[in-house]
Amino acid sequence: MNFSLKIWRQDGSQGRFEDYEVSDVSADSSFLEMLDQLNDQLTESGGDPVAFDSDCREGVCGTCCLVINGRPHGGRGGTTCQLYMRHFADGETITIEPWRATAFPVVRDLVVDRSAFDRIIQSGGYITVHSGPKPEPNTMPIEPEVAEEALDAASCIGCGACVAACPNGAAMLFTAAKISHLGLLPQGQPERMERVRSMVEKMEDEGFGPCRNYGECEAACPKDISIKFIGRMNRDYLRATMVEPYDRRGKMKPQ
Amino acid sequence: MKLDAKIPDGPLEDKWTEHQEHLRLVGPRNRAKYRVLVIGSGLAGASAAASMAAMGYKVECFCFQDTPRRAHSIAAQGGINASKNYRNDGDSTFRLFYDTQKGGDYRSREANVYRLAECSTKIIDQAVAQGVPFAREYGGMLANRSFGGVLVERTFYCRGETGQQLLLGAYSALAQEIGRGHVKMHTRAELLDLVIVDGRCRGIVTRDLSTGAVESHAAEAVVLATGGYSNVYYLSTNAKGCNVTATWRAYKRGAGYANPSFQQIHPTSIPEAGKYQSKLTLMSESLRNDGRIWVPRQANDERSPSSIPEKERYYYLEERYPRYGNLVPRDVASRNAKQVCDEGLGVGPGGRGVFLDFRDAIKQHGESTIGGRYSNLFSMYERITGDSPWNTPMRIYPAPHYSMGGLWVDYDLMTTVPGLFAIGEANFSDHGANRLGASSLMQCLADGYFVIPVTIGDYLSSNTAGDVDTSHAAFAEVENDVRQRVERLLSIDGSETVADIHRDLGRLIWDTNGISRSRQGLERALEELPTLSDRFWNNVRVPGHGAQLNQSLEHAGRLADFLEFAEAMCLDALTREESCGCHFREEHQTEEGEALRDDENFAHVAVWKYEGDGQRPSRHVEPLEFDAAPPTQRNYKT
Repeated sequence: MNFSLKIWRQDGSQGRFEDYEVSDVSADSSFLEMLDQLNDQLTESGGDPVAFDSDCREGVCGTCCLVINGRPHGGRGGTTCQLYMRHFADGETITIEPWRATAFPVVRDLVVDRSAFDRIIQSGGYITVHSGPKPEPNTMPIEPEVAEEALDAASCIGCGACVAACPNGAAMLFTAAKISHLGLLPQGQPERMERVRSMVEKMEDEGFGPCRNYGECEAACPKDISIKFIGRMNRDYLRATMVEPYDRRGKMKPQ
Repeated sequence: MKLDAKIPDGPLEDKWTEHQEHLRLVGPRNRAKYRVLVIGSGLAGASAAASMAAMGYKVECFCFQDTPRRAHSIAAQGGINASKNYRNDGDSTFRLFYDTQKGGDYRSREANVYRLAECSTKIIDQAVAQGVPFAREYGGMLANRSFGGVLVERTFYCRGETGQQLLLGAYSALAQEIGRGHVKMHTRAELLDLVIVDGRCRGIVTRDLSTGAVESHAAEAVVLATGGYSNVYYLSTNAKGCNVTATWRAYKRGAGYANPSFQQIHPTSIPEAGKYQSKLTLMSESLRNDGRIWVPRQANDERSPSSIPEKERYYYLEERYPRYGNLVPRDVASRNAKQVCDEGLGVGPGGRGVFLDFRDAIKQHGESTIGGRYSNLFSMYERITGDSPWNTPMRIYPAPHYSMGGLWVDYDLMTTVPGLFAIGEANFSDHGANRLGASSLMQCLADGYFVIPVTIGDYLSSNTAGDVDTSHAAFAEVENDVRQRVERLLSIDGSETVADIHRDLGRLIWDTNGISRSRQGLERALEELPTLSDRFWNNVRVPGHGAQLNQSLEHAGRLADFLEFAEAMCLDALTREESCGCHFREEHQTEEGEALRDDENFAHVAVWKYEGDGQRPSRHVEPLEFDAAPPTQRNYKT
């Protein structure tokens, strides 16, 4: 198969689209293998290969992040690395861009900096436990339905497609997934209010936009994370900010 | 090379407890004076960094990915073993120890394996406390399933994403310590060398992958949690970025490399489809519970599989191993697949594949039962290959999956270089010559949460903190080496791509160090490796420059180390004149074609010591003693 590619190139603060032709691509190639092939052709002909992120290439690490023909991960379900060239027409022109969001600055070409996600998790996306002996877990039964729903939320791979798909560049689905995963479980209750308050505030500080219920995030999510978790996060946030005292830990020694 | 494993005295079951009671400690107020660098942020690295930081050590953690959450531990699907005996089926610490030791074909250290089994239950407790959503029974208790040919149900799981959930647990603990300022995290940072001062490891030199800056980091101890070397084969089930650089650089700075030829080949992966194939995707081993493996009896049979009549199908595992059939262990399944393909019976492009057929299972159990078990795997297969396993058999072939070999470590997980530790897949210690399913996650977390945070204190307490920093001349020297190496890679300006040479290396190593090995093949590989290396250093083309994100440069640096590592791998395979676990030497087999172990001469760990570039490394041995579980020969025929 042959393809014409319009690829975003950027080294520094300004970028532009450039046109490439890639030929003799196998229909069984994955999308990223097609780009590998292009990069080999570019290298052999003295050109400059296109930088793009990928690692596990089986849809679970969340590294790959391309907007293909305007859709994050190509819009066929799954991640970019799970997209195959047989899904495209021979001779098609394909447009490839990086994630576009204020909070995800471009590092080079199609590679973006998603460290804002890490900082959201660092602000509260955990349960405080030291390593060491812990109580026998079966002393705290958890309904399987609850564990499964928590796992639905915990399946988020942190790729950022939700942000790239959102017209406002909001990180609501990502943040809500972590808050719901921990907030649904009994282990997550002691820090639940503190967690939602600090994570939501961190999310806003990092430059992610507000939610307007477009629902694009859910449609783009390669792990089918439900938008219902955003509603859950909003309820917890309202409670944390309007019902609970603002600083519940006021009299405690800092830890 | 002195190989003192420092195995504590006393009965096997008391060793770890007694050892901990006698280790020297660093007091809570002093811990912040000690700097520890953790390289890698997978299950082992993240859990170690988080645990040590929470204790009060000053920790810095490094990963080459853009965030610590993406380490390849995330891709583990099946589960994690723990001898909780929740199913009341007779499981115990000893039984888990015994299964691991036997599964490893008696090529690992009893004391380490027993400690691993002892820690297994605590890992589950720790993970649940962190919020890892393990599968539950209707009554709310933790659920178990069986895995990998053992006789008890001891595997804990989160659907098919156990590795992801355990990693996110460790990552969240790490994130908390980063947020509190106890861990300094360096993302997109790759270790390119280690710094040794007065015989002790005192730091590392990294390259910032976004800016190209070469930087030094000093510490009192360095912990490598950098995974295995499966990508020496180019195609493997590992992530694209997995590499041998950190452990290989450690080897070149004096750390012994143990059993570098021990490599697990997983039997059920989707076969290679063409030149630009970039990785092999694993299909869960559970498929062998219902699928039947076969090839056409007649070579080059071009008919569609469904039109090949029953009597012309060769169900080779069922015929050769009537008792275990399609459920023989990983190494036996892999070896037989290779044999039938070598005989020309293989199917699919290139003839490297065998059928895994669900026709009979669908007929017997119905579509809904089979769908309930495997529908997600069937759709994954269809997405990748375009074929539906509902209508036509899957094609599968073995793929490199896990490295049992790694840096030699003593009982405290310290390498032969004082101050340099290795944990998780990066060390050699627990899986012998073959790893059992659902054991890799267990080992990474045992090392990271429970072993290294305790044992590192013993080393640190005998060292002064803060006496060496990056202004020491040794750092400038190593930085200079690193810069020169980067310059050299960029200046070759040949005509081949890095991937071209890596593919050729992979093909050579797969053919000679893969599922089965022979003296002839290994000698051929040793002869051809220098030529491949010359091609690389004279004719590779690394475009761009060093002061930018340059993925070709990253790949080139990793390949340069794989090319050197491959030689040690061949030497190790050549000198181990026996077959054990995944290491099958064609010269050493029984009359029935099964692996023939030689306990008299090879019941030891082979450790390779660097003797200088162009010099053959020297081989040293750590004898293995078996008191609790005397070796037996495996038999899957009757």
